[in-house]
Amino acid sequence: MNILVCVKQVPGSSNVEVDPVTGVLKRDGVASKMNPYDLYGIELALSLVETYGGKVETITMGPPQAKSVIVESVCMGAVRGTVLSDRKFAGADVLATAYTLSQGVRKAGDFDLVICGKQTTDGDTAQVGAEVAEYLGIPHAAGVTAVDEVKDGKVFVTTNLDNKVVKESIKLPCLLCVDGDINSPRLPSYKVKKTVTDDAVRFLSFADFADQDEKHYGLAGSATQVERIFPPEKNTEKRSITGSSAEQAEGIFELLCERKLV
Amino acid sequence: MGQLKVNQNLVNAENAKTLVEICPFGAISYDGKKLDVSSACKMCKMCIKKGPAGVMEFVEEETKSIDKSLWRGICVYVDHDGESIHRVTYELIGKAKELAAVTHHPVYALMLGKGVEAAAHKLLHYGVDKIFVYDDDALENFRIEPYTAAFCDFIEKIKPSSILVGATNLGRQLAPRVAARCRAGLTADCTVLEMKENTDLVQIRPAFGGNIMAQIVSPNSRPQFCTVRYKVFAEPKPNENESGEIVRMQIAPDALASVIEVLSKTEKPKDVDISEADIIVAVGRGAKSEANRAMAKELADALGGVVACTRPLVEENIFDAKHQIGLSGRTVKPKLILCLGISGAVQFAAGMKSSDCIVAINTDKNAPIFDVAHYGIIGDLNEIVPLLLEKIKAKEA
Repeated sequence: MNILVCVKQVPGSSNVEVDPVTGVLKRDGVASKMNPYDLYGIELALSLVETYGGKVETITMGPPQAKSVIVESVCMGAVRGTVLSDRKFAGADVLATAYTLSQGVRKAGDFDLVICGKQTTDGDTAQVGAEVAEYLGIPHAAGVTAVDEVKDGKVFVTTNLDNKVVKESIKLPCLLCVDGDINSPRLPSYKVKKTVTDDAVRFLSFADFADQDEKHYGLAGSATQVERIFPPEKNTEKRSITGSSAEQAEGIFELLCERKLV
Repeated sequence: MGQLKVNQNLVNAENAKTLVEICPFGAISYDGKKLDVSSACKMCKMCIKKGPAGVMEFVEEETKSIDKSLWRGICVYVDHDGESIHRVTYELIGKAKELAAVTHHPVYALMLGKGVEAAAHKLLHYGVDKIFVYDDDALENFRIEPYTAAFCDFIEKIKPSSILVGATNLGRQLAPRVAARCRAGLTADCTVLEMKENTDLVQIRPAFGGNIMAQIVSPNSRPQFCTVRYKVFAEPKPNENESGEIVRMQIAPDALASVIEVLSKTEKPKDVDISEADIIVAVGRGAKSEANRAMAKELADALGGVVACTRPLVEENIFDAKHQIGLSGRTVKPKLILCLGISGAVQFAAGMKSSDCIVAINTDKNAPIFDVAHYGIIGDLNEIVPLLLEKIKAKEA
């Protein structure tokens, strides 16, 4: 079984702040890392291959430096990975990102299973996986907490659907978005890291894709536009609720009503 | 739409250094001759606004504008599990009516399932103009292909301008799938929605871990999709009488084909996970008696929340460790945390200080919890909590 895992390089910390005077984003200098949710996807893929045979590859979209997350995945056990990098991909929203990834996945090879993490820690939308599946024309399941079995060209999964746990079978090929904390991702092998070669990472750009319409990628291919960014209102209110116990209880109650908590 | 252009003739070592520093995404590099922008660029245009004048330029490209007048109505996707309608649906209908008032558009609801028409009647008490129902065996269980197909069939036939979907596990995977098929914009987890007179939906959401708010629009695509989490908007009061109509929709059976087979559905075991809870009633040493704990539990139940505790109560074996908040326990960020009899040691505060609303009741006016709390109440919880409970119960009744 050949499995492709979608991964992303994210900032090492989500503590990005806007300078209130200049409006510039302040980076805190923390290095980039692999999106932590992707580690569960890689671990799941590697364990499936251990049981059913086959190989694991990874794919990412980002600047050339995103190569490092592919190398990390190789150190964990993937055979190789692909970086989709091109200035034409810049400014992509969910739609354009998912479309670019789907073009890259098609180019990367034939896979029985595509696995995505639950969400990224920088975008936080949890939407790219489902959109990639749509553009690949394959079914998907989200909130996957376990792959119970792979049999007869189907994958049997347990998913988390709000107040229900659903078990279902899906015909391969398909895409799975896995939940966090579903396994214990293995650590990258230091030994492999010492020997990993450039062959393990392949770069693809717009020119390599089947769809050569530039309007489908990057900012031009995005439906949404960020009109502005601004710092959130800080909750700095500090009040004491005084009076008799009855008045204090009333004060708390009003607060709950105001915040729609009752 | 457009793209960034680097006017290389204006680049020099000095302004290149400035630009490299300005870019929050590290997308600009300079090799001594040429300034390059990599795909890390997020088109925030900070380099144009804050950088040396004229070096970076944004070149607009002509795009064909869509005819927005062809798209009418604000639609709410009815989230249900076959048994009951998720309450986020009502909240979204309330918001949809506010938005529709700006553009004088109708409010729609879309319901997919099997045997759901009776449930659809409930929605007629909330002032929806039309409820479109797809009722089919193939839609009995949520499966992504038939649900996407029916949803897209609805969009094609009715052409709603905006679509609001609850950010449940179901909504979070259905909305992107449908949006992708429509090649439409989708904004996740919006916290504020506003309507422009030109029918553009203004969507505001936290970005970068909540440290920045982003205001997002889809100025040239329809429909406009967004998801909204439960309890972000207020639930409207139902009207006594039904209004609006139910419209039965037909779709060709082969359009609802699926390679997914649902084998079993089981109710999730109600395991307490305090870090997921929206409302937490936390107890400390000042509220560890059995009577106090029972009261805390009653309050948590009334608010739909969970009970959590400080470390000493775990050490005394009063609570299991998974209920513990703090550095050595769980980190929580609920919408409301009510701290009862908690002094507020630094280790405890570290695990809860980013909560949306912190209310503390303590008899000791010098307790450090009052430094963290948004609302401090110096008083006796044995008197205040029962009175509060009475009020909550009276309101819910």
